[in-house]
Amino acid sequence: MRPADILRFARDAATGYPLRTTLSVLAMAIGVAAVVLLTALGDGARRYVVGQFSSLGTNLVIVLPGRTGTGGFNPATAITSTPRDLTIADAQALLRAPAVRRVGPLAVGTSEISAGGRLREVMVAGANRDFFAIRNFELAQGEALPDDDWQRAAPVAVIGAKVQEELFGREPALGRLVRVGDRRLRVIGVLRPTGQGLGMNTDELVVVPVALAQAMFNANTLFRILVEARSREAIPAASTQVLELLKQRHRGEEDVTVITQDAVLATFDKLLGALTLAVAGIAAISLAVAGILVMNVMLVAVTQRTGEIGLLKALGAPARTIRLAFLAEAAMLSASGALVGYLLGEAGAFLLRRLFPVFPAYPPDWAVIAGLVTALSTGLLFGFLPARRAARLDPVQALMKH
Amino acid sequence: MALIELSGIERRFQLGDTTVNALAGVNLRIDSGEYVAVMGPSGSGKSTLLNLLGLLDRPDAGSYRLENRDVTTLTADEQARVRSTRIGFVFQSFHLVPRLTAAENIALPMTLAGIAPAERERRVALALQSFGLEHRADHKPDQLSGGQRQRVAIARATIMQPPLILADEPTGNLDRHTGEEVVNLLEALNAQGVTLVVVTHDPGMGERARRRLVMEDGRLKFDSANAAG
Repeated sequence: MRPADILRFARDAATGYPLRTTLSVLAMAIGVAAVVLLTALGDGARRYVVGQFSSLGTNLVIVLPGRTGTGGFNPATAITSTPRDLTIADAQALLRAPAVRRVGPLAVGTSEISAGGRLREVMVAGANRDFFAIRNFELAQGEALPDDDWQRAAPVAVIGAKVQEELFGREPALGRLVRVGDRRLRVIGVLRPTGQGLGMNTDELVVVPVALAQAMFNANTLFRILVEARSREAIPAASTQVLELLKQRHRGEEDVTVITQDAVLATFDKLLGALTLAVAGIAAISLAVAGILVMNVMLVAVTQRTGEIGLLKALGAPARTIRLAFLAEAAMLSASGALVGYLLGEAGAFLLRRLFPVFPAYPPDWAVIAGLVTALSTGLLFGFLPARRAARLDPVQALMKH
Repeated sequence: MALIELSGIERRFQLGDTTVNALAGVNLRIDSGEYVAVMGPSGSGKSTLLNLLGLLDRPDAGSYRLENRDVTTLTADEQARVRSTRIGFVFQSFHLVPRLTAAENIALPMTLAGIAPAERERRVALALQSFGLEHRADHKPDQLSGGQRQRVAIARATIMQPPLILADEPTGNLDRHTGEEVVNLLEALNAQGVTLVVVTHDPGMGERARRRLVMEDGRLKFDSANAAG
């Protein structure tokens, strides 16, 4: 039998029983759609988190006070259990490292801000001018902190968009005086609104010179030091140089933790990638179920068409032709199910993206390909048994059942 | 010239714990171009004989030579090829594929044999014409009368131009008048040289055959060729 004739025969056989064909196509479609949609969700979550992390800044190396992670037992830390504080001088020293481009010290605390009789609680970040560049802070009005000595506590502040709106409403904020804690500061800049992101919400932030923040909170320690490496390739070098420098400054004690943004990103990437894979695995179970349904449907078809199979044998069809015809029918059912499911899944992902524009719910290519291939192969695999049963029917017995 | 030679054919079925001898020691020779009616009561083995002749069933013992070739030792696929080109079947219940049109049903043996579509169309058009089915080509079997269905089935049986046609109660599901038409068609084919073996209950139809076989308990009880000679 010619391949084209086998396909046509299988197609006519499938369309000859519309209800059972529709049902098995639907089952397969739901399975594939589940794979496409769920992996779109999982991968969307991964992209979202990775995107948020990237927006923290590029080529970032972050220094935290204290030793965390798996350092093993260190006699030095056993004797001096309290870690040395990170200071502004530490941060300034990091500028000497050749792989480092910028350094941004960060001290944080909460305080009250008031102006014109309005008052609210805010997060206060003590930083410097470079901090703005490292974190990609953009200004809507005015300018960033002055580029002078980090130890100088100039009485100025850059305020977030929401702080500006709540304190000043539609009036201009630039040049106005605000009271933060017990200090009177002049507003020199307003940040561009960014909305909710990972880390701090910059809309409700007040940025002041780092020395001023330390004075306000009566501390000389830093919360973090943000370091920008010269390039992506320079990140490992910058990280070792930073660690080395601080170790020297802290009398040979490795009492800080240096994490690179890449490492954090890679961890999240791996975590959420695994999650997507797990979700895809769960969805794949529905594909196996759909495959078994196709087998069921094909077994029923063999029983329903026993007389026809007997006839085909009497008319001189070899076992191979009958096997192929039934396999082709199973393949058609699963192929059209896979196609419909793929379209449904893509449509679902599209709808998700329309409803939640910040969420990049695109199904990954590997999941789409794996879903389609699994659908086709389960269809064929489970189609094989019914096809073999059909081909093995005894023609005399088969012809009697009509 | 002998078309069919059966010698010492045995066919036993196991029914529960009893063995039924459907065919026992059947020797038969049918020459090319003969018109044979096989008659006998139910369970006498006529259908088993026909299935054997059509290579749908294998004997437990004995040999079957078709066109001087031992066909009992062929593999299943080789037997399928013999059925495809050398044997045409006509069944009591027509056995048309319900979802295919009359033309497609007639073309089915050619489709299975892998004959090119153009050649199929040509031969189907010819067959439709000679069986008076020109206006029924695109009808599905359920849109055809019993007589038309059996004509489609006969057209299908002859489309590969086999030298042998086996008919199992071809008029069993038809009224007298339509049955008569179908028998005329089969006899016309026989007149063109096709060997015709018909299994029938109908004594009237049996009378029309040039040679009559009567079976009983799996044995040939009467053969008009021997009786005459």
